[in-house]
Amino acid sequence: MGKITLAHGSGGKEMNEILEKMIFKRLPDWMKLVDGGLGIDFPDDAAAIPLGDGRYFVVTIDSYTVDPIFFPGGNIGKLAASGTINDVLMLGGNPVAALDSIVVEEGFEEDLLKEILDSMFEVFKSNGVKLIGGDFKVMPRGQLDKIVITTVGLGIAEHLIVDKNLKPGDKVIVSGKIAEHGAAIYAAQKGFMPEESELRSDVKPLKDLIIPLVEKYGKYISAASDPTRGGLAMVLNSWASASGTMIVIDEEKVPLRDAVKNYCELLGLDPFVLASEGVAVLGVKEKVAKEVVEEMNSLGYTDAEIVGEVKEKEGDASLVIVKTRIGGYRILEPPLGEIVPRIC
Amino acid sequence: MFDLKVATDKLFRGNRDLASNVVKILEVLWGKVRKKIDKVKIMNFCGTHEWTTTHHGLRSLLPEGLELVAGPGCPVCITPSYYVEVAIKLALENVKVYTYGDAYKLPAVKKVDGAKSLAEAKSLGGNVSVVYSLLDAVKDARESKRESAFFAIGFETTYPIYASTILKNLPENFTFIICGRLTPPAAEYVVKNVGGIDGVIAPGHVSTIIGGKSWKFLAENYNIPTVVSGFEPMDVLISVVEILRQISESRAEVVIEYTRAVSWEGNVLAKKMILDVFDVCDATWRGIGLIPSSGYRLKEKYMNLDAFNVYGFKEPNSKEWSSDLLPGCRCGEVILGKIKPIDCPLFLKKCTPSAPYGPCMVSLEGTCSIWARFGRR
Repeated sequence: MGKITLAHGSGGKEMNEILEKMIFKRLPDWMKLVDGGLGIDFPDDAAAIPLGDGRYFVVTIDSYTVDPIFFPGGNIGKLAASGTINDVLMLGGNPVAALDSIVVEEGFEEDLLKEILDSMFEVFKSNGVKLIGGDFKVMPRGQLDKIVITTVGLGIAEHLIVDKNLKPGDKVIVSGKIAEHGAAIYAAQKGFMPEESELRSDVKPLKDLIIPLVEKYGKYISAASDPTRGGLAMVLNSWASASGTMIVIDEEKVPLRDAVKNYCELLGLDPFVLASEGVAVLGVKEKVAKEVVEEMNSLGYTDAEIVGEVKEKEGDASLVIVKTRIGGYRILEPPLGEIVPRIC
Repeated sequence: MFDLKVATDKLFRGNRDLASNVVKILEVLWGKVRKKIDKVKIMNFCGTHEWTTTHHGLRSLLPEGLELVAGPGCPVCITPSYYVEVAIKLALENVKVYTYGDAYKLPAVKKVDGAKSLAEAKSLGGNVSVVYSLLDAVKDARESKRESAFFAIGFETTYPIYASTILKNLPENFTFIICGRLTPPAAEYVVKNVGGIDGVIAPGHVSTIIGGKSWKFLAENYNIPTVVSGFEPMDVLISVVEILRQISESRAEVVIEYTRAVSWEGNVLAKKMILDVFDVCDATWRGIGLIPSSGYRLKEKYMNLDAFNVYGFKEPNSKEWSSDLLPGCRCGEVILGKIKPIDCPLFLKKCTPSAPYGPCMVSLEGTCSIWARFGRR
């Protein structure tokens, strides 16, 4: 057997492969889900258990490690709370409560921990999410890089939004400008972050967007995801392969800020694989697509755009195709490997 | 408000109308060319051109039979294994080795004390530092006072900065693993030994230094239309049009499309600096072998900066060079434009961007890596 590399945790193709090899393949089917629910038989943003009255109990878990722990636009606490709320939302759930597990390195400043927790509480509070339990541990100095926060999100869904239900003819909508979080974090890590930098993480909970949309258009929404690790490229490729479709998007329509675009170009990064932490991608029925965008605009998501559509796949492969800004076509691959700086 | 940057961007890469007009002109010329030959193969010699071509989906705009292929245009891909082995050895002997990011994971053909790349050397405790710029490395070495070696790969574009840094004063603890290569000799090697190239898109960045005139031999000696191209998708499309125009008119000359950066003479000052510091020598290219007069070597008076000299490594002997590709690796054929990455059985199987087996999968400029990330079919 080989060794675990950083690429295995980067949210791309390698991660799917290691999960397949280490977990999915080795579990019998009955262990992968609770009957009538959603489990790791079709890995989605969260899991679901039927409640027996037609509704579902939605649950998600995620560990958050980010370097630096304080970044422009937020910190690891805000990220952990927003991320878990968003994962519940993306399955059509209304987030009700959360649990957290915090592991800190010995010597960590109490002040910083308080600030991180304040940010986390603030997000939960403003979204009506209760923090009903958790765990707290300390590791000896040097055995952990500062802090790791794991959050569990719990919610109730009237009906589930499961990405494999995406159908040819559906439109793909992106709620806001992509790659903001990934670009800001990468810049901060590389020390390219002057005080007046325009780069800023977009981390935020999306309850104010998703709940009204689900209430009004729930049955027309066939897929929903937040493009975190692996970015839009990962989301669309997962959708295409889960639903057995082909997705065609127009590069020109994808919301992207000039500052982020220029920065990516300078460093040889691809905005399609960089993370967003406050953006939703939706697959919706064509007849309501424009209406949904207008509704998103009226909810304050003024950059929302229809970026493409779902088609029957051609041949065996479930591809994602990008119409480039110059009018050519290329395949949008799922992200591979880690990002390293380039020579020229 | 008129924003020049946005307007320029729109003009060069977001302009579908202009692109479709250029493609119409291209198709008319293609009709004329087809009366003479069935297939046209145009080769680029720069990883960034390959990136532009693939990333913007330019191949999808071209008629069938008109092929754009990548040549040996990525400095990482063609760096011989031997140099990587020397760098690993130094890093493990606690000489601080500075490298650009793309060479960090470049695999050698054999393990050196357990490490096959600088990345692996670092995980074994070797002293490796990834830098964005030579100047960062010099500054770091000056402060640390530790013995240091810079893994100096690159083409003519990268070498002026090495030369100008050497001409200023360097800290005594600083050396170079010199592996500089010249692109025109490699282009000549390909057209002479591989053949079948009907047009050349010459590298824009390299030509800012060496000038358009360095490509004259392609037109004059080999009758190959050659265009020094910029790096935006419009630049490449226009360059293809110019090549087809020349083929249709049965002539071959060098045209600079990238006039906003490249002159006929090139950067005279930069060229002089390079020649003040380096001699041109025969050199080996990974996957290809010896190419005459295709490398840089430090002049005798700068031998104190040469890591091979300082640390007692044998200069790589070109005559003894044997294939430095791993079994099954077809990178040698990829960089000569003989096959496409998808024709290699290892592509995205045994060889992936996260675990590159062959050199072309390592750098973001490597043909296989570009195809892996931006469309493999």
